[in-house]
Amino acid sequence: MRVVIAEDSVLLQAGLTRLLTDGGFEVVAAVGDAESLLRAVAEHRPEVAVVDVRMPPTHTDEGIRAALVIARQHPGVAVLVLSQYVEERYATDLLSERTSAVGYLLKDRVAHVADFLDALRRVAAGGTALDPEVVAQLLVRRRADPLDRLTPREVQVLQLMAEGRSNNGITEALRVSPSAVEKYVSNIFTKLDLAPTDTDHRRVLAVLRFLGA
Amino acid sequence: MVAGPDAGYREPMSWLKTARDWRPTAHALAGLAAGAFTAAVLGGLVIGWLAAIWSLVDGPTGAWELAWFYVIVALAGPVLLLWAVQELGSLQRARFRAVLGVEIAAPPQARGGGRPLLRPLRAWWAPATWRQLGYHLLAMVGGTAGGLLVAICWAAPLLAVAYLAGRRGDGPGATAGLGLAVLWTALGAAALVRAAPWVARSVAEADEAGARALLGPSRSEELALRVESLARSRAEVVAATDAERRRIERDLHDGAQRRLVSLAMQLGMARASLGDDAPEPLRQVIEQAHDEATEALAELRQLVRGLHPAVLDDRGLDAALSGIAANAPLPVRLRVDASARCAPAVEAVAYFVVSEALTNVAKHAGAGQAEVTVERAGGRLRIVVADDGGGGAALDGGGTGLRGLAQRAAAVDGTLAVDSPPGGPTRITVELPCGS
Repeated sequence: MRVVIAEDSVLLQAGLTRLLTDGGFEVVAAVGDAESLLRAVAEHRPEVAVVDVRMPPTHTDEGIRAALVIARQHPGVAVLVLSQYVEERYATDLLSERTSAVGYLLKDRVAHVADFLDALRRVAAGGTALDPEVVAQLLVRRRADPLDRLTPREVQVLQLMAEGRSNNGITEALRVSPSAVEKYVSNIFTKLDLAPTDTDHRRVLAVLRFLGA
Repeated sequence: MVAGPDAGYREPMSWLKTARDWRPTAHALAGLAAGAFTAAVLGGLVIGWLAAIWSLVDGPTGAWELAWFYVIVALAGPVLLLWAVQELGSLQRARFRAVLGVEIAAPPQARGGGRPLLRPLRAWWAPATWRQLGYHLLAMVGGTAGGLLVAICWAAPLLAVAYLAGRRGDGPGATAGLGLAVLWTALGAAALVRAAPWVARSVAEADEAGARALLGPSRSEELALRVESLARSRAEVVAATDAERRRIERDLHDGAQRRLVSLAMQLGMARASLGDDAPEPLRQVIEQAHDEATEALAELRQLVRGLHPAVLDDRGLDAALSGIAANAPLPVRLRVDASARCAPAVEAVAYFVVSEALTNVAKHAGAGQAEVTVERAGGRLRIVVADDGGGGAALDGGGTGLRGLAQRAAAVDGTLAVDSPPGGPTRITVELPCGS
């Protein structure tokens, strides 16, 4: 799978390149700023772009803005944003542009190699990967809304859905039976007033409602 | 006081030699010149202005261009006069500084809005202008008279000689009693010369007193200036602290944090590449190192996040607060209703206050949950941090960090109030003026 990396620290750029190469990805370009990233994506058309948030020249949110441009201009390119801090505001910006083939993770997560590569593959395959930190930040903003009707366990399940896990993934994470997870998920749909139509679409809607996007 | 061998000894005429004694004289003589100059300038302007007005009232005669000239003079008069008053004031202050070494601060300039048409005249409404004008009138009369008096004292011998010479030429009978006249004149001249330094000093002292009262800022203006300069320096201190936190955040982000991420990543790769046949001690060491590195990374991230997050600058307080609320070790509900941005220094203080207050709650309150509310009402930002803990927090209670918070708030003219009855709940309310 072809990847473009945008990361302004040479050290981390080299490390990521090695990590991804070892993990079976093909790093077609590794760049250090947003403009080069957009050029590289247009040129190489990779399956996925891994983007750092703080890059030259202003070292604020260049990576987020570049990710939004990629999401808009290159529907076929998945975007995984990495950062030393995650901000829910950046997450909602990303998710308002696209709700699939997008991820936003703390850089810490690359230390857990297998999990990180899983998340990257999931995003490249059209799924989502939101850092638990982002989800926690979104939780502190819950207002009086249908989400208040959820039990703590159901919130947990919704959180995992927001992180991009499938029912199987949730089963593993919570160590409960698959049928229990299905029950939680259908309870969530009911409580959030989501009509029983297309299941995948409802998952996205539930997550979006959760995110307040 | 210890008397040295020279104590009490005065060199004859030493009062003539000390520069100190010459300065009041120089000052009085300069005052004479300044007074005359002031009289010429102000008198000329006032007379010219009145004449122009009189000509207009009376009906101008002669060429029609002349009427325009009168109008221009009548309009420009007050502006020119104002300018002259201020410039003469600077001149007089320069005289005090140059000759006596006395520093008299200039009164504050009138500033601010007002109708644009009247702006050049605005200073006429300032008391400082009228005080300066008062000093100029005093300088015209008193300064000139004082200067003359000092000049006469010093020139007494010359005047005496001239007087005696004139008297001798008055006729044959005039020589009678000349000896006596010479004696009296010489005595008088000597007395005047001897008194000259004292006269000069008195004139200078009176002048200085007048100048201090009229040329400089009044007590309230002085205080206003001081408050202004204090406010400025305090704002600079706040801004410097802020810049320092930003710099540290940036340094850690670009330095230690990156290295730690890299380290954790390498250890992660090492851990992943350990085969099943790897020796147990090696596996343990690598696993432990990997765990330590990821924990260190998380701790450092928490610490740096509390300093000054970049998101505070580019997305504002609302966006920045969810990070600290989510990272608090107890459940926090956050409600922010402040769409308009405040001054960066104020937002930084607000961020710090919430961060520290939540740390406090986690450490001391024994609370189950906390609620942070931020709202903007008019020009003020109001931050309430409430918890359901044991209460009993006090501003002067030791070690709770509340005093530090109050100081941070006060640095931007904000207030902090604590409502924490024993048994709880606790409510900390901080109000900050939003600034520009």
